[in-house]
Amino acid sequence: MAEKIYAGKSVSVTDDGYLTDASQWTKEIAAEIAKEEGIDITDKHYAVIDFIREKTLKGEALTIRSIGKSGVVDTKGFYDLFPGAPLKKASRIAGIAKPSSCV
Amino acid sequence: MKRIVILGAGTGGTIMANKLRKALERDEWEITIVDKEPNHYYQPGFLFIPFGIYGKNDVVKSKAGFIPAGVKFIINEIDRVEPDSSKVYLTNGQTLSYDFLIVASGTHIKPSETPGLQGREWRKSIFDFYTHDGAIALHNFLKTWEGGNMVINIAELPFKCPVAPLEFAFLADEFFVKKGIRDKVNIIYSTPLSGAFTKPKATKMLGELLKEKNIQIVPDFYLERVDDENKNLVSYDGRELPFDLLTIVPVNMGADFIARSGMGDDLNYVATNKHTLRSDNWENIFVLGDASNIPTSKAGSVVHFASEILFENIMSAIEGRPLLAKFDGHSNCYIETGFGKGSLIDFNYETEPLPGTYPLPGMGPFGLLKNTRINHYGKVMFRWIYWHLLLKGKELPLESQMTMAGKEL
Repeated sequence: MAEKIYAGKSVSVTDDGYLTDASQWTKEIAAEIAKEEGIDITDKHYAVIDFIREKTLKGEALTIRSIGKSGVVDTKGFYDLFPGAPLKKASRIAGIAKPSSCV
Repeated sequence: MKRIVILGAGTGGTIMANKLRKALERDEWEITIVDKEPNHYYQPGFLFIPFGIYGKNDVVKSKAGFIPAGVKFIINEIDRVEPDSSKVYLTNGQTLSYDFLIVASGTHIKPSETPGLQGREWRKSIFDFYTHDGAIALHNFLKTWEGGNMVINIAELPFKCPVAPLEFAFLADEFFVKKGIRDKVNIIYSTPLSGAFTKPKATKMLGELLKEKNIQIVPDFYLERVDDENKNLVSYDGRELPFDLLTIVPVNMGADFIARSGMGDDLNYVATNKHTLRSDNWENIFVLGDASNIPTSKAGSVVHFASEILFENIMSAIEGRPLLAKFDGHSNCYIETGFGKGSLIDFNYETEPLPGTYPLPGMGPFGLLKNTRINHYGKVMFRWIYWHLLLKGKELPLESQMTMAGKEL
């Protein structure tokens, strides 16, 4: 665990760079983490991130499939927004824990 | 007369029928079990069929032989459940009322979920090894195949028996070596996971084993469609994997009647309390094994361990007591690694698979995350245990709760 400064605010993050406390998250922090992931954040990204935060904070576990069926974005679009590993990148930018696929 | 209805006469449903019939008075409780399929398949055996290790008749027996006397067995498709009125409707027009329902209808492959998968190449150069038919068709194909790109793919998570495609890769390697054509076959293992497995220590051990056997791993590959004209797998991020032979674990989903009943999530799994195994939404419904959404492996060992917890809790519910038994997500999987060896993993909700030894009175200890001959014999022996003890709900020298004894942190 470490402290990191994003948007002038100190937050604690895991070794993989995921926020440990989702309540420390702000939109500005998201933009800076996105930059680290090579992403220029847009409203489309925020729409997906808001959805992910809302569901996750309600205790629902998300998958690429369930996000692709959510109506917010389709799977292809999700990959376009967060190339490579969309759920991992989007979770990190959304300030929630690293997604763990159960076995 | 009070009624228990069990949906699904696979591993879990059959175990529950046996346990409950023994425990409940026949003049007070009627037990009915429903399944559309008359045959019981020993599913761990499917893996061996493509390579000619098991024949097609080695893995199938009649379900009826495992349902105890005093339990009504109906072979029919389930149309839907009406959980609010505690009724099950069958497609033949029959209606079953229940006091308690156990959903044990499993998970099944759904190749139709992936565009192009069931097109012109299905069962020609594309095979699954999760069905009896698929495993036999692949066996026939492999008899004359001369080599090329063999791509193993996992289409979606979660899927039944998460170690099976790895075992398939290891056994394929052995098969082609012994056939003398290993140098003509590229084995490519493509998975939506970031490595060979989900948890770090097992991923490392299994990843090294893949490397040792010259099996190429393509991680983070999430299948969008199969281009059957050009024989390519296409991922959502536009990567292509050409194949001459595709052996795939298609999308897995719970039973269709779960969707028709409005009881499941987008993959037809029923929301279930991961400790009590009772449905989140209906007090008189319990869910056993692959049909549930509990966050552990979809695997026979889980069903077996969970059945003991579910049995205790349904007996408590019947007697109006609180549900005190708590499932810990315990899973225990033998992993065939080829050339007469095997590995073993043992884990639960909280503890990832760790190296060490697994104590088993009479036979063990087995090596955890180690590649040994005794582990392979454990797997071979298990088929006998399955048919003769496990399905009948008899005591096995295995604890339903995971133990840390022998594990190395």
